[in-house]
Amino acid sequence: MFNLGLSVLSLARFQFAMTTIFHFFFVPTSIGMGLMVAIMETAYVITKKQIYKSMTKFWGKIFLLSFAVGVVTGLIQEFQFGMNWSNYSRFMGDIFGAPLAIEALLAFFLESTFLGIWMFTWDKMKPVWHALMIWLVFIGSVLSALWILAANSFMQHPVGYAINKKTGHAVMTSFSAIVANKQLWYEFPHVIFGAFVTGSFIVAGLSAIMLFRKKSPEFFRKSMRLGLIIGLLSCGGSFLSGDSQMVYLQHDQPMKFAADEGIYQNVKSPAPWTVVQISDNKTKRGYGKIEIPYLLDILSYHKLSGSVKGMDSVNAELHKKYDKKFGKHMNYYVATNTLFYSFRIMAGGAGALGLLAILGLWFSRKKKDTIMKQKWLTFLLSIATIGPWIINSCGWLITELGRQPWVVYGLYPTAAAVSPSTSAGEVLFTNIIYFVVFATLAAFMIMYSLKILNKGPKAVGDNDNYDLEDPFSKEAFK
Amino acid sequence: MSILQLLWYSVIGLLFALFLILDGADFGVGMATRFLCYNDTERGLVLRTIGAHWNGNEVFLVTAGGAMFASIPLWYASLFSGFYIVLFLILIALIFRGVSFEFSENAETKQGKNRWMWANFFGSLFLPFLFGILFMDMIQPVPMDSQGNIFASFWNVINPLSLLGGIALTAICLYQGLHYISLHTTGLIEYKSERLADNLYWAAYPVEVLLVVALYFQTNFFERHLYSTLILLVLIVAMTVWGQIASAKDHEWQAYFASSLSLVFIVMLVFVGLFPYVLIAENPAHSILITQASSTPYTLTAMTIALVILLPIMLAYFIWSYIYLSGRISLQEYEKMEKQDESY
Repeated sequence: MFNLGLSVLSLARFQFAMTTIFHFFFVPTSIGMGLMVAIMETAYVITKKQIYKSMTKFWGKIFLLSFAVGVVTGLIQEFQFGMNWSNYSRFMGDIFGAPLAIEALLAFFLESTFLGIWMFTWDKMKPVWHALMIWLVFIGSVLSALWILAANSFMQHPVGYAINKKTGHAVMTSFSAIVANKQLWYEFPHVIFGAFVTGSFIVAGLSAIMLFRKKSPEFFRKSMRLGLIIGLLSCGGSFLSGDSQMVYLQHDQPMKFAADEGIYQNVKSPAPWTVVQISDNKTKRGYGKIEIPYLLDILSYHKLSGSVKGMDSVNAELHKKYDKKFGKHMNYYVATNTLFYSFRIMAGGAGALGLLAILGLWFSRKKKDTIMKQKWLTFLLSIATIGPWIINSCGWLITELGRQPWVVYGLYPTAAAVSPSTSAGEVLFTNIIYFVVFATLAAFMIMYSLKILNKGPKAVGDNDNYDLEDPFSKEAFK
Repeated sequence: MSILQLLWYSVIGLLFALFLILDGADFGVGMATRFLCYNDTERGLVLRTIGAHWNGNEVFLVTAGGAMFASIPLWYASLFSGFYIVLFLILIALIFRGVSFEFSENAETKQGKNRWMWANFFGSLFLPFLFGILFMDMIQPVPMDSQGNIFASFWNVINPLSLLGGIALTAICLYQGLHYISLHTTGLIEYKSERLADNLYWAAYPVEVLLVVALYFQTNFFERHLYSTLILLVLIVAMTVWGQIASAKDHEWQAYFASSLSLVFIVMLVFVGLFPYVLIAENPAHSILITQASSTPYTLTAMTIALVILLPIMLAYFIWSYIYLSGRISLQEYEKMEKQDESY
């Protein structure tokens, strides 16, 4: 159809990256905001204060929007393994399908059924039971993350399998080993904390926008503080889980680890940590380095000594280990610059969010308008709304690009996984349409979210007078 | 063929059938927003009847896909890559219909709401049509290599049988949706949906007859499974007759039941007709058997255990959600609800 020198492989990889990254804007948003809304409604059940009900309904609207886009972009994921990666599906079907099916049966039904109930039973159900519904939705979304990450973890670190000699396909030998996969239990907490960071900073950041504009200060100050508290705790959780994952990575996928740090030659103790460099996989050197002494040892060994393997020796090891199976032509170097800077944006960004959370909590501790005088802070917090999305995407770029050249680490090369029957023209066509569809969805999503925000927590009356009214009167909330 | 392979082949069929019964009604409701309703309030009302359920209903499709991937992966791989464009169009329709519910809630202007109502209508119209095409494509002999890669030409996708399948499924989903509306509303809208369904049934017979003819020429069902194919075709027609009579007599549950069964029999027609294959190649040597395409006994056992534990729990709350939210709404009640939502 077309011949632009684009291969099916690179187009299919681009499509996977585009569709999963777009999908993963909404997944952590839904999980994290699900938690926030559930906490708000629980606060309402316990304190019976109307402001929490109002918060639940208000933030619930944005949660529902994100959930809707998350669901429809998730459908693409289930289909595209078959559509674009049919050889992968044939190779991995015996293992990979099971977590997907269980995810649907266990998690998706739970989420969607109870979300449906939650949306339409505000007047019908006792508050306690109604709050339980949103918790069930939240649990469903967490379970869904668990099972899809179980599938992903196998791709990162295959366990509980054998290779069928006749077909060459991977077959499952131990379901429990796949669920108990170490990689999963390092990856899952990190992803979940990342989702909590996302949801809480969206609440906090959007609240900061409204505080910056001096709208409904009491409502948004409370929302922001709740967001920042959960956000700060989750940042801590992300750091701890991320740190343990990095220590594990050093041994499990040394190439990914070395590329994160941009190290070509082995470094001996005491190892400095590189802040900035331009890496070149051709000359195998990093240029324009700025380093901090000792820090790499501390980061990777939590002490002042240790040595880190560089990409060159990892490359030699991988060739030695895999040349018989995959041939000498395999390129084991990964996209070093992307990984290096993704890692810095991720870790630095999360640190900045944590710091902002502390500042935000400090300046909003007193009543009302203290925080509104700190325009610089509400401004920074407003910008921080989009921080988690960038950070999450960077995390996934590290995870997935660092796994190359394999689709299943050490087992199956990405180049072999693509569908033999689809043409470059088809995949190019779908890429273009997906791009247009995503741009449309994102535009409406942002537009409607801002509309909800501008409308404020109450549809009738002047938003600015919100705090002057008795917030507990029946007329104020209905 | 092992029991487990047979079980999972049936489970996939069952999940597709449940998807068509439940989400098929949602498609019908979406189509009814333009074929039945005169104004936005009526449209809002009929969409409200599926508001809490459509997403859960769609999960049956996701589960069917997941079950297919897990239990008969070579079928999933060949089918999804082979009928690439059909699957892609299904996705696009699912995306726009999926967001339309939430987006139309949030659009403030009349035009804005209308935009998403149209998205819902077109999604609901194209989805059963595309699924009809897919189901009829996957039972015809296709050009396929020994690895199971399908190289489908335009005519392998679009042909008389697949078009008729698309039209038939769209029609059945429409009256399935109309029966659903008549079961969940009262007043004028209930009456209107019953009458529209009555008239629509007459269109079903010629499509069904043509479908049988196309099935005879384009598949080898009659050679391989003469009796079961004939029985199922008779049952599909019988369900249409029953549905029409029940609808004319205002027996709403019976009519809904009849059209649901006709969807079940269509899925059975596909699955029984294909058996023991999952895909039939133009070169018979390349046809794929269930036994060749399925997962290992170990995986199937693990999946069966998961199914036995999870399915009853899931069905329990799923059915509960329908019972808990059952009841009919009238236009007046709907308008009241809408005002309440806005005054919040």
